[in-house]
Amino acid sequence: MTASELLEVCDLAKHFTVTKGFTRPVTTTVRAVDGVSFAVARGEAFGLVGESGCGKSTAARAVLRLIPPDAGLVRFAGIDVTDAHGSALQRLRRRMQIVFQDPYSSLNPRRTIGQALTEPLAVHGLARGRAARDRAIALLEEVGLPPSAYDRHPHEFSGGQRQRVGIARALSVEPELIVADEPVSALDVSVQAQVLLLLKDLQARRGLTFVFVSHDLGVVRWFCSRVAVMYLGRIVESGPVARVFGAPRHPYTRMLRDASPIPDPAIRGQMPRILGEIPSAANPPAGCHFHPRCPRASDLCRTVYPEWRADGDGGVACHQPEN
Amino acid sequence: MIGFIIRRLLASIPTLLAVLTLVFLLVRVVPGDPAIAILGDRATPETLAALRAELGLDRWIGAQYLEFLGHALRGDLGTSMVTHRAVWTEISEALPHTIVLTLAAMVIGCLIGIPAGVWAALHRNGAIDVLTRLLSLLGLSFPVFVSGIFLLIVFALQLHLFPVIGNPRPGDWIDGLHKLVLPAITLGIVMAAYVVRVTRSSMLQVLGEDYIRTARAKGVPRRSIIWRHGLSNALIPVVTVVGLYVGILIGNSVLTEIVFNRPGLGKVIVSALTQRDYTMLQGMMVIYCFLIVVVNLITDISYGLIDPRVKQ
Amino acid sequence: MTDVAVSAPPSPRRAMIGRLLSDPTTVAGVVLCSIVLAGALLAPWLSPHDPLEQNILDRLAGPGSDYLLGTDQFGRDVLSRLLWGARVSLLVSFLSIASAVVIGGAIGMISGYIGGRFDLVTMQVMDVLLSFPSLILGMIMVALLGSSITNLVIAIALTAIAPFARIARAPVLVLKERAFIEAGRALGFSHLRILLVHVLPNIVTDLLVMGTLWMATAVRTEASLSFIGLGVKPPTPTWGGMMRDGFENILDSAWLCIWPGLAILVLVLGLNLVGDGLCDVTDPKATQ
Repeated sequence: MTASELLEVCDLAKHFTVTKGFTRPVTTTVRAVDGVSFAVARGEAFGLVGESGCGKSTAARAVLRLIPPDAGLVRFAGIDVTDAHGSALQRLRRRMQIVFQDPYSSLNPRRTIGQALTEPLAVHGLARGRAARDRAIALLEEVGLPPSAYDRHPHEFSGGQRQRVGIARALSVEPELIVADEPVSALDVSVQAQVLLLLKDLQARRGLTFVFVSHDLGVVRWFCSRVAVMYLGRIVESGPVARVFGAPRHPYTRMLRDASPIPDPAIRGQMPRILGEIPSAANPPAGCHFHPRCPRASDLCRTVYPEWRADGDGGVACHQPEN
Repeated sequence: MIGFIIRRLLASIPTLLAVLTLVFLLVRVVPGDPAIAILGDRATPETLAALRAELGLDRWIGAQYLEFLGHALRGDLGTSMVTHRAVWTEISEALPHTIVLTLAAMVIGCLIGIPAGVWAALHRNGAIDVLTRLLSLLGLSFPVFVSGIFLLIVFALQLHLFPVIGNPRPGDWIDGLHKLVLPAITLGIVMAAYVVRVTRSSMLQVLGEDYIRTARAKGVPRRSIIWRHGLSNALIPVVTVVGLYVGILIGNSVLTEIVFNRPGLGKVIVSALTQRDYTMLQGMMVIYCFLIVVVNLITDISYGLIDPRVKQ
Repeated sequence: MTDVAVSAPPSPRRAMIGRLLSDPTTVAGVVLCSIVLAGALLAPWLSPHDPLEQNILDRLAGPGSDYLLGTDQFGRDVLSRLLWGARVSLLVSFLSIASAVVIGGAIGMISGYIGGRFDLVTMQVMDVLLSFPSLILGMIMVALLGSSITNLVIAIALTAIAPFARIARAPVLVLKERAFIEAGRALGFSHLRILLVHVLPNIVTDLLVMGTLWMATAVRTEASLSFIGLGVKPPTPTWGGMMRDGFENILDSAWLCIWPGLAILVLVLGLNLVGDGLCDVTDPKATQ
């Protein structure tokens, strides 16, 4: 890893335990994130894709210390995030922000847009009073909303507009990293593109670094330069977007790619091969977690989890990778 | 079903223990020396020390606690500090009167409350609905001692329909019933007011369900829809509420018993309060909580009987 | 349902008050409460007599021109005592419910926000408190603490803390799953700020509505305790105490019971009507 890395994640793990039953309690451990490592360079857009329940959102939250990770290391600009406390954590929070999936629950229904935007400024001592108001209005303009939005309540806005407010709020503390957790998947398709364009524009203008969590391969392909594919709490393949989706090496990546709609009708044609459903993370299959759905599983795959094979700018965890 | 009952029984043990602990703490932690409270400020140090020893207050609080728990679990509630009779004897003499009163009030409450609630639900937002709502609010607003005294003034003092003093002659059933009417109505009004509200909202919810619409579409007669399909399902929450409000009834029975001068736990607790009979109070609280826990248990079990989903 | 309550846009306050005042029963409740409040506030000016002044010659006088509502067994003016008694009722019920709202609300909010084992234990304790018949708990507390206004407030507040903890906790469980709470944490807001600025305003309406209804209960409890003889000590006039005095003379002067009984009823009914109206207006289910 080089000095240009803004974010480094090493062997991150987050397990949830659920106890059910009173007379005969049964405790199950869900390994939502089970040893995830990746690095994101400054100014880069890094994608984290996978089916729902694969642990990508949990990983994103653990990176931001919104939930405490059980193991592993997160380093932001060389500072240990997992071990930060008090004012050190407070300073880190300013530098990394999150944009949420659901624009309806991400804004407090009782606070005006202006309050939502100026509150972080006050908490971090960035601006108060008139200055805060001016900055908030500048932020609104930056995300494409009129200054009149300042005094309004969230319920007066559409989902796309609310998402813009959410983005403006994240920008208010001038972060370097933004974790976008499925930022467009709750929006109408027509609005998705606008919000994606806005994010892309902001990335270029502000030199932002993105961790972009999504289940939508098309969106990730367009937005990100590098991508990691997660399956049941682990990364199974990573690399530059063009390489990973162009010539997938892990059969799971191939399956995801084949299942995602392709905008060019000429390339369509073959039926996507979807085999089975994602197993429960509470009880993952032995060996390679993917083997029950894998068309090329061998005996080795059923018993031993494949080692990570690094190759250049990425890698794959598969006993018999393609290509 | 038996498994369900056993599970519920086991689950009520921690609650009972917690309640016993709270009772113990309430009497001990509250500021002031019970010995001084009993004997007064002018008692000599010797008599105070003697009383403390008699009450066991001179010992370590943990030992007192364990002893209290052990005795309470064996049903030994100690001896009254005033009458020097066993607390349990005093309580067991009064308890049947209170139970009869509470049950009678429950029956009256349901007899008035359930039909009125159904009626109001069927005439939603009509005059009947508004009237029922106002009446139930009025019922909720009467402290029982006020309604009791008002009933007493009207029916006993003015109309002479009922006796002023409610102490029934032992062994005389007719007399007992006659003297139960006013107190039971007094207490029943409270119950009815709660039951009306719950029945109404529960009935409204059930009547909006798909299976009622289906039944209507199938041409099931209206009467059958209301009583068989509607009420039987609407009653499930009502049962829980009846169970919940037994606690309120028991509290209010104290006032009712005082107003109508009936024997019962109410008289026992008030005399214990005024005479600072600590062992008696402690015993009363244990009994009250035990009653509540038992009622909750019965509620849960009857819930299980009515709603087949609970048994699993 | 709770989720709807939380996500529903905050209806403008003016529209809410408008809807509230369009309901005749709520208006009636407001009128009843205002009458009692005015009586209590203006007691020194409205009272025709000193509420404590005894005129043995005029004892148990019936309603008439000298004593509008008659006199009690010590010859004290009933009307004056009613007006001054309103002060005790309002003061005790308001202070006790205000403290129960604050303490119970804080317990429920914090417990729900922290969650996990802490929440489990706290709510178990609250359930035990709830399973106590509240009137009996109040009686015992006052008997143990001694009767004074402060102790009455403590005793009645104690009986109402558990319900408010429950009322506050339920919406917090829903709220804390919402992204704006997480956004606050990501933005480095303190837990205190999140609780006070982002959680509290979303549950304060529920608490206030229930507070009105519980104030009605508190008035009843205070009157009941005074009736048993566990209220504010005589000769301070209280409605429950007046009922008690009247009850002792019920055979010859029944009106001594009727006036304070009606006064209690007016205040409790008024509070219940207002609380019920508030419930309807703030419950999103009822407005649809």
